[in-house]
Amino acid sequence: MIPPAFAYHRPASVNEATALLADLGEDARPLAGGHSLIPMMKLRLASPEHLVDLAGIPSLKGISQDGNDIVIGAMTTQHELIASDLVASKIPILRETALLIADPQVRYMGTVGGNVANGDPGNDLPAVMMCLDAAYQLTGRGERLVPARQFYRSAYVTALAPHEILTAVRIPVPPAGHGAAYEKLKRKVGDYATAAAAVVLTLTGGTVASCSIGLTNVADTPLWAEEAGRLLVGSNLDGASVKRAVAAAEAITSPAADTRGPAEYRTKMAGVMLARALERARQRAR
Amino acid sequence: MAKTHITLKVNGKTVEALVEPRMLLIHFLREQLNLTGPHIGCETSHCGACTVDLDGKSVKSCTMFAVQANGAEVVTIEGMANADGTLHVLQEAFREMHGLQCGFCTPGMITRAHRLLQENSNPSEEEIRLGISGNLCRCTGYQNIVKAVQYAAAKLNGVAFQEAAE
Repeated sequence: MIPPAFAYHRPASVNEATALLADLGEDARPLAGGHSLIPMMKLRLASPEHLVDLAGIPSLKGISQDGNDIVIGAMTTQHELIASDLVASKIPILRETALLIADPQVRYMGTVGGNVANGDPGNDLPAVMMCLDAAYQLTGRGERLVPARQFYRSAYVTALAPHEILTAVRIPVPPAGHGAAYEKLKRKVGDYATAAAAVVLTLTGGTVASCSIGLTNVADTPLWAEEAGRLLVGSNLDGASVKRAVAAAEAITSPAADTRGPAEYRTKMAGVMLARALERARQRAR
Repeated sequence: MAKTHITLKVNGKTVEALVEPRMLLIHFLREQLNLTGPHIGCETSHCGACTVDLDGKSVKSCTMFAVQANGAEVVTIEGMANADGTLHVLQEAFREMHGLQCGFCTPGMITRAHRLLQENSNPSEEEIRLGISGNLCRCTGYQNIVKAVQYAAAKLNGVAFQEAAE
């Protein structure tokens, strides 16, 4: 398969990249790892006239701590995320999630920024970012910080303007002793989730002090299941409480029927993934 | 569309070329450099038959443009054999352990296994299976591929290869 022709640009700075995107207008697309965009181009589902490759911009790489936040440069690859000791020790759910993205080759190229900015509801990191209350740094004519929970509008439609680049993801470090888990049902390695759930919770003497829940690929955006999380606060994750939370989470899903199964099945699987993630997060919490 | 000038190292040799930006790396390797070891399988980033090593990463060369490889160092299966022409330990391992049948996936499997062993010189069976999970084989059922990687790891570590009881 041969993609449509395009002009290739490789800016050396964020300013140069955003200026290019502003000049070239809607016919230009930024290129990160390319593992969503290039297959779309090969299938002729996307045919940008200009690609602005972000790989030559050093400031978009790297993972650092800034106060209570972990800051991940947009062009940091999923492979680098998995290899980061800082991420593994402070926000282990990110490593657990990244290991479930596609396959090793894709993760060497696929980036954190591309995964969260593309707006594909099947991507795994967006629901986890919503669960963690991360914020995305968007750079265009100026800079703005948009909470992940307000970023996703519908499939492939986000708060990102065409002339803007998502430059970094800023994630508050969850409290020490928190428990977290990402449970993903998939048919095979490399598949998008039939349904997946992310949980971050804290316990005080066995009682839930805080609980945040994200859901992947069961609506046209990733979902933050705010009410489901709130229902669990004050409980000790007993069967009845978990059942209520699962019902609240299932209620906000609206999956499409596809080759992964009918809509009803995918909704139920979101509930099953949530119950499993809650149990694993509880075991991990101190 | 204007062509772009690229310079990269392929199997140790510096290569300069003019390419259309839309030319995929796999097409550049196969059609311009006549390196037909990396195969075109699924064309949708799933099968791993086109896997090559690029700057210390295993990449699917059907899912990147040749222009993205400008300045990079690429190794294909053609660059794996030892300088004296003898087989690389992974090539020997795949032969000894019957790690292939039709051979279509083998160049991708070997270049991927090479990077896996660079990162983890003594992987467990599970780590091998996860490590090659982006490479599909429709013949072997993977058993002998896993054995071949274990054989190569043992040989590289200077220990005797002990085949696990089935």
